[in-house]
Amino acid sequence: MMRSMLCGAWLLAGVVAAAAPAHAQGSGSPTLDAVRQRGQLACGVTTGVAGFSLPDSKGVEQGIDADGCRAIAAAIFGDANKVKYVPLNTENRFTALQSGEIDVLIRETTWTLGRESSLGALFGPITFYDGTGFLVKASAGVKSAKELDGATICVQPGTSTELAIADYFHRSNMKFTPIEIQNLQEILGAFFSGRCDAYSTDSSALAGIRYQQGDKAKDYVLLPDIISKEPLAPMVRKGDDKWFDLVRWTTYAQLTAEEDGVTGKNIDSFANSENPDIRKLLGLEGDLGKSMGVDNKWAYNIIKQVGNFGEMFDRAFQPMGVPRGLNKLWNQGGLEYAPPMR
Amino acid sequence: MAEIAAEAGVPFAARQRPPAKVVGPAAWARRNLFGSWWSTALTLVLGYLILRFAWGFFDWAVVHAIWTVPYDAQGHANSAPCRAQMGVGACWAVIADKYRFILFGFYPYDEQWRPLVCIALFLALYAISANRRFWRRELGLVWIVTLLLILLLMHGSETLGLTVVTDDRWGGLPLTLLLATFGLALAFPLAVAVALGRRSRTLPAVRLLCVVYVELIRGVPLISLLFMSSVMFPLFMPQGVNFDNLLRAQVAIILFAAAYLAEVVRGGLQALPKGQYEAADALGLSYGRKTRLIVLPQALRIVIPPLVNTFIGFFKDTSLVLIIGIYDLLQSGRAAVDDPVWQGFGNEVYVLLALIYFCFCFAMSKYSRGLERDFSRSRRR
Repeated sequence: MMRSMLCGAWLLAGVVAAAAPAHAQGSGSPTLDAVRQRGQLACGVTTGVAGFSLPDSKGVEQGIDADGCRAIAAAIFGDANKVKYVPLNTENRFTALQSGEIDVLIRETTWTLGRESSLGALFGPITFYDGTGFLVKASAGVKSAKELDGATICVQPGTSTELAIADYFHRSNMKFTPIEIQNLQEILGAFFSGRCDAYSTDSSALAGIRYQQGDKAKDYVLLPDIISKEPLAPMVRKGDDKWFDLVRWTTYAQLTAEEDGVTGKNIDSFANSENPDIRKLLGLEGDLGKSMGVDNKWAYNIIKQVGNFGEMFDRAFQPMGVPRGLNKLWNQGGLEYAPPMR
Repeated sequence: MAEIAAEAGVPFAARQRPPAKVVGPAAWARRNLFGSWWSTALTLVLGYLILRFAWGFFDWAVVHAIWTVPYDAQGHANSAPCRAQMGVGACWAVIADKYRFILFGFYPYDEQWRPLVCIALFLALYAISANRRFWRRELGLVWIVTLLLILLLMHGSETLGLTVVTDDRWGGLPLTLLLATFGLALAFPLAVAVALGRRSRTLPAVRLLCVVYVELIRGVPLISLLFMSSVMFPLFMPQGVNFDNLLRAQVAIILFAAAYLAEVVRGGLQALPKGQYEAADALGLSYGRKTRLIVLPQALRIVIPPLVNTFIGFFKDTSLVLIIGIYDLLQSGRAAVDDPVWQGFGNEVYVLLALIYFCFCFAMSKYSRGLERDFSRSRRR
C-alpha cells in the first residue's frame, strides 16, 4: 500500500514536472522551455579529454565540445556563459541524457545506428570526423598497419577502439596482443617505455600526443591507415524535434559563417552587408530565429561569442597540432557541409 | 622491591651512567643492527638500498627539479624545459600552474576564497572535536552550525551578497572533506540506531530490517552503490525529476558508511558486560535512559579506535566518486595532467595528492593511538 502510494506520488510529481514548463511559455519545445526556466543549459561533456572538453588552470572548460555547449547557450540566452557542464564518463553518459539530467550530450560520442535506434536518441551534425589509428616508434621502421602482424598494442578497455582493432586484425588475418590499460597516463608510460609496439586510439588524440613530445615528435610515426569511422556528434533525446532543430542549426550556423568568411572578430563589419545570405544569418532579415523559438539574433550571438566553426576548431586543436583533415569545409576538400540557411 | 631499595640506598652523587658500550646510540646500533654477521650483512644491504632510493628521490625531487616555466603572452605555460628534463628531474611547475584547479576544481576562480575558508572551518572543527575538553553536549551544536555555515559559504546566497555557486561546480579538497565529513557525521547516528536495532529482542521486525540492511550494503562494494546511485537511480525516476549527482553520491556514501559503522558499534555493545545492562534494569531505568546513560557511553568508548580506523578508510574511499564524474581532490588532480601541456607529469601531481591524503590520515591515526593509550590507562593495573 505504502509502495503504491509512493509510486503514485512520484508519478504525480512527474506529470506535474513535465506539464509545468509546457504551460509556462509554449515555444513548442519542452526542452527549450525547461532550459529557459532553469536559466542554464545542462550540457553533458567528458570528464577530461584534451581538445574536446578539459578544464584549464582556472577551472574553465575548454575544447570543441565545451564550445558547442556555449554556442547553444548563446543561441538561446544570448549569453554563452549560461552553461552547466555535467562531466560524464562512458558508463553514465546515455543515462544522463535519457533521464533528462542533461539537455544535450556533446561528449566525443560516435554516431552509430545501434545508439540511435536503441537509446532513444538523435545525433546532430558531425562536428568531428575521427577514426582509429596507430602510433608507433620510428625506430621500429613500420610504414603501414599491414606490417603490425604479431605486435603488442596498447589500448583502453571498453572503447570502440578495442573492437575496431580486433575487427581489423581478424579481417586482415593477422594476430596481435592487446595490453589493456584504463588510465591515459599509464598507457602513455607503457607505450613510451616500449611495453607495447603500438598505441591505438582515435587518430586525433594520437596526433596530439605526438605533437606534445616537442623535439622528440620525430621519434614517433602516426601510421597512415585509419581503420574505423568515428564520426563524433552531439546527441539529444528523441521526441522533441524543435529542440533537435536548434541543436542542429547551431552547428550549421557556425559552418555557414565560416563559409561566408564571417568570424567573431569581423562580424560587426557585416552590419551593412548587401549579401542576402549574410543578412539572414545575422538576423537582419527574415524570421529564421523566431521560427525556431529563439531570438532572430541567435546566430549573431553564437558567432560573436563563440566564433565560427573554423575558429572553434582551431582554438581547440591547433595548440595540440591536430590537423583539420576531413573536418575542413566541403569546398576546401573536407566533409563539413551546411544546408542553406534561408 | 629489593632492587628499588638498593638503588634508593646509593647516594645520588655516586650514581654513574652505565658505560657507553651498554647504552646510547652506538650501543643500540651494535645490539640491534650489527648483532651478528647475518644481521650486519642485512643492515648493510638494506641501508644501501634505502640510501640509494632516498638519494634517487632527492635527486629527482630537488636537485634536478624545475620549479618554474616560461609563460607566453596569452598566459599559457610552455612545458618544453620540463620535457627536456623528463625522467631526470621533477617538474614542480605543473603544480604551480595547476594548484588552484587541483585544490578547488571548477569553483569560480574569483570566488575561491570561499572554499579556502571552508577548508579552514573543517580543520578548526576537527581540532576542536579532537580536544577532549570540548566533549560536551554543545559540541553537537557546534558541528551543526559549522556544517551549515560551510554549506552556506560554498553555495552562497544573494541576500548576503555572495554569488550562488551550484554544487556541480564544487570540487577539489573542500569536496573531499565535505563528502567525508558529512558522510561520517550523518552515518554515525544512523549506525548507532541500526546497531541498537540489530540487538533488539523485543522488536523482531526491526531487528530483521537492520540485519538485512547491514548485510545487503556490506555485500556490495562501494563502487557499485555509487554506480547504482548515479546510473540506475535516475532511470527509476520519472523524467524531469532529478536529484543532483552530488547529493545521490553523498547518500550512497552515508548508507555505506552507516552499515560498516553499525557493525563496529555493535562490537562495542557486545563487549559491554551483561552486569551493566542488568544493573540498569535493576535501577528501573527505561530503555531510552538505559541506552543513553549506561550503555552507549561505555560501548562507544570501547570502539573509538576501530571507529577512527573506519573513518580513515572512508576518508580515502570518497575518492571513488571520480568514477561518476565528480571532481574530488583525486579527480581534479588527474584532470590537471590530462591537459596536453602537462601530459606525462602525473608523478608530480600524485606526490602532492599523496602528501595531502597522508597528512589527514596520519593525523587521524596518530590521534587514535593517543586516545587508545589514554583509555586503556583506566583499565591498566
